[in-house]
Amino acid sequence: MDLTKMTALELGKMIRAGEISAVEAARTALEQIKKKEPDLHSFVTIDEEGALRQAKAVQKQIEAGVLTGPLAGVPMAVKDNLCTEGLRTTCSSKILEGFVPPYTAQAVCNLQQAGAVILGKTNMDEFAMGSTTETSYVGATKNPWNTAHVPGGSSGGSCAAVAAEECFYALGSDTGGSIRQPSGFCGVTGIKPTYGTVSRYGLIAYGSSLDQVGPIGKDVSDCAAILEVIASYDKKDSTSVKRRDTDFTAALTEDLRGLRIGLPREYFGEGLDREVKEAVLAAARVLKEQGAVVESFDLGLVEYAVPAYYVIASAEASSNLARFDGVKYGHRAAEFEGLHHMYKKSRSEGFGAEVKRRIMLGSFVLSSGYYDAYYLKALRTKALIKQAFDRAFETYDILLGPTAPATAPKLGESLKDPIKMYLGDIYTISANLAGLPGISLPCGTDSRGLPIGLQLIGNCFEEKKLFRAAYGFEKTRPRRTPDQAERSGK
Amino acid sequence: MSRQYETVIGLEVHVELATKTKIFCGCSTGFGKAPNSHTCPVCTGMPGSLPVLNRQVVEYAAAVGLATGCTITQYCKFDRKNYFYPDNPQNYQISQLYLPICRDGGIEIETAAGKKRVGIHEIHMEEDAGKLIHDEWEDCSLVDYNRSGVPLIEIVSEPDMGSAEEVIAYLDKLRTIIQYLGASDCKLQEGSMRADVNLSVREAGTKELGTRTEMKNLNSFKAIARAIEGERARQIELLEEGKAVIQETRRWDDNKEHSYAMRSKEDAQDYRYFPEPDLPPVVISDEWLQEIREKQPELRTEKLQRYKREYDIPDYDARLLTETKRMADVFEETTALCGLPKKVSNWLMVETLRLQKEQNLEPEEIPFSPENLAKLIRLTEAQVINSTVAKEVFEEMFRHDIDPEAYVKEKGLKTVHDEEALRSCVTQVIAENPQSVADYQGGKEKALGFLVGQTMKAMKGKANPGLVNQLLKELL
Repeated sequence: MDLTKMTALELGKMIRAGEISAVEAARTALEQIKKKEPDLHSFVTIDEEGALRQAKAVQKQIEAGVLTGPLAGVPMAVKDNLCTEGLRTTCSSKILEGFVPPYTAQAVCNLQQAGAVILGKTNMDEFAMGSTTETSYVGATKNPWNTAHVPGGSSGGSCAAVAAEECFYALGSDTGGSIRQPSGFCGVTGIKPTYGTVSRYGLIAYGSSLDQVGPIGKDVSDCAAILEVIASYDKKDSTSVKRRDTDFTAALTEDLRGLRIGLPREYFGEGLDREVKEAVLAAARVLKEQGAVVESFDLGLVEYAVPAYYVIASAEASSNLARFDGVKYGHRAAEFEGLHHMYKKSRSEGFGAEVKRRIMLGSFVLSSGYYDAYYLKALRTKALIKQAFDRAFETYDILLGPTAPATAPKLGESLKDPIKMYLGDIYTISANLAGLPGISLPCGTDSRGLPIGLQLIGNCFEEKKLFRAAYGFEKTRPRRTPDQAERSGK
Repeated sequence: MSRQYETVIGLEVHVELATKTKIFCGCSTGFGKAPNSHTCPVCTGMPGSLPVLNRQVVEYAAAVGLATGCTITQYCKFDRKNYFYPDNPQNYQISQLYLPICRDGGIEIETAAGKKRVGIHEIHMEEDAGKLIHDEWEDCSLVDYNRSGVPLIEIVSEPDMGSAEEVIAYLDKLRTIIQYLGASDCKLQEGSMRADVNLSVREAGTKELGTRTEMKNLNSFKAIARAIEGERARQIELLEEGKAVIQETRRWDDNKEHSYAMRSKEDAQDYRYFPEPDLPPVVISDEWLQEIREKQPELRTEKLQRYKREYDIPDYDARLLTETKRMADVFEETTALCGLPKKVSNWLMVETLRLQKEQNLEPEEIPFSPENLAKLIRLTEAQVINSTVAKEVFEEMFRHDIDPEAYVKEKGLKTVHDEEALRSCVTQVIAENPQSVADYQGGKEKALGFLVGQTMKAMKGKANPGLVNQLLKELL
């Protein structure tokens, strides 16, 4: 039996049943990492020793009956922008090279308490700024379905690792689509929860008002189980929300009768790849066949989401990234003359081009004389977009559309034209601006064999509806992995 | 100087709040500890850390606002002020710009020129920065983040003051109010109260404000007064020479009694303020505001009136007694125990202030308990000890907080009222001082005083002075 084929819940069940040990599971994952990493580069840091040590400790606790949860002993990976005590955390940036946090992010703590075994830290676009994982200081991650293509981003490492079965699930973060878009590109399932559902404590901030941590898994059930663990009120995060309805796995029923699904017309218009459009519409038909009520409607304001997002996220980023100055931790220029020169040189050397671009953009829109014209206007736009969604949810339970306008581009194609890359976030960004939950799950492949992502967006705190619809859809088709594609597709 | 000038002054006062923990994390605000021992990921700006607002900061800030007649912003927000400096670990300070917690207040001050209201534009909450230590030997700078995240309020006045005297009166009043609220100890020397002076001059009678400068590094009332005089003179001199005052920040050097330009408006930074996304708006509900209101202690002005009314003590006494809340508390508690307000007032105004001055103590430092002062007053009133002994006992009490009753007993300080014992002592003094006796009998009244003194000395100060007088006159 090939353990790597198991979902997280399947593996967890076997570990609890004593069929295999957590240590064996960790070894299996580490071997797969050794096999796949030279081609993919999903990881920034692989913690073999730590993983085996955790696995042993977890196994003992499972045997002692202390750990009984569904994820106990299951090996996983953490995006490199979530702090892990004692384990290097760099945001794939030179400026944090060698940074070892003194504490662990709350979402990771929750998983550790549930018996997670951390294999390492996954690659990402530098500071989560990018849609391809190519802006990483340590080099790009490749798409497991076709290594000439990007895995998407910014959580490209996490999604590629899950797709390539290097780990059984992973944590990502989503500021403008950074979980959903690479999930779509890599043919895995990823959910961005409602803002405030998962603590941001220990998530190295990009756009604080938009950032949210979420799970990336092999299927919908795994994601629901993981989110159940990481969703918790945290008094250390003032934007954290007290929620009672976090028993997400309870929503996994195949019955979709009466579910009202809206298709925003703007999500199927110009700029959408034909094959992606067909696959997504086919998915909508499947849901309809299962009893959902599906219709299209005008959402409105969609074209304003991207500019509003880049103003707000960049503004917050310009301030959030100010702390990386060479004074306290991370990279400091070797030679400098005086304080300001040290700042400039350390930051010039430490940040990559895309990060610098967004810091400059953010600093500009907050500057006196421009604040009202850009930042305030973007905030107002954000409020209007939220209102448009509020109206939509008066009629529909969930909205359905593609995760991205096209499948994964080739490596090197995107960075040449940042505006085009930014426009690739058009379908995911609104959920962040409005604080809504969104899930991406596979709904087919294009003619080149690259996965297509189906996105479902729910109203605030209504992840359960997303899980229900996603689960219902997922049950109608077999789960596919890149190696199967290689076998069957070629 | 041919023309007449008037000075226009506004103040920005920073006050460190007396919370036990910092504004956005659970670290202690205690000072004097090893560098960076009161720190955590939040107050050292570690990646991924997040601020959580300390409710007590809101309560103190609102309490100061209420006590200074401000309107409380029941929906207020925090903003980020962005600037790079190593004492500021995130390279932004969490402060309030757009919706500060208090607005539009003012306090009444009193100077020789009379009473006047000084407006308060706003009060906002913010975090303090760390401290940089320059090691000249190693040629490097070190940073201590113990103070990083200590809560501050900034009280911004309207430009309503016209002289150093008014500024001092305003600061003094503000300090008393805040001390009464227990919101801060307001020590200028230790930096828990810091005042920046914005000053401009204009020709008397004109309406338009002149160009102002901001003066920093003012560590005492005296330094503030000197800096104001210095800056006023400097600006007038410039104008008289036909030069312009430059809008700039200046640093006062009190030793040299001179100020230096720090930075001008041209190189003033753009702080790129924007709403702090990590903190939700602070909503002060009507109930919460009412709770804060109910917790407000009696402030000095009300207390002063009540003392005159309730205890029937002179205005002068009431003013001195209410100067600090500690003094007022000791007064009230002691009076409650012994029921003699004027006697208590005398001990506090005369002996306590004298010893405080002698020992270089702060006005808040009253080392004895109200119980012991009440006991001492009772002993004196019952003539168990005389006033000379009482002073001696008081000094002992001030130094070591001894129990006066036990002390008097132990040291045998009770006044001798025994006429026989005194008579024999007086007889002996008369026998030993024939010259004084002769002087007295020759009409020199002063000689009697000497003989009283000799008797008191022989009785080790414990004799009933009235009785000694009476016996001497009788025996002579």
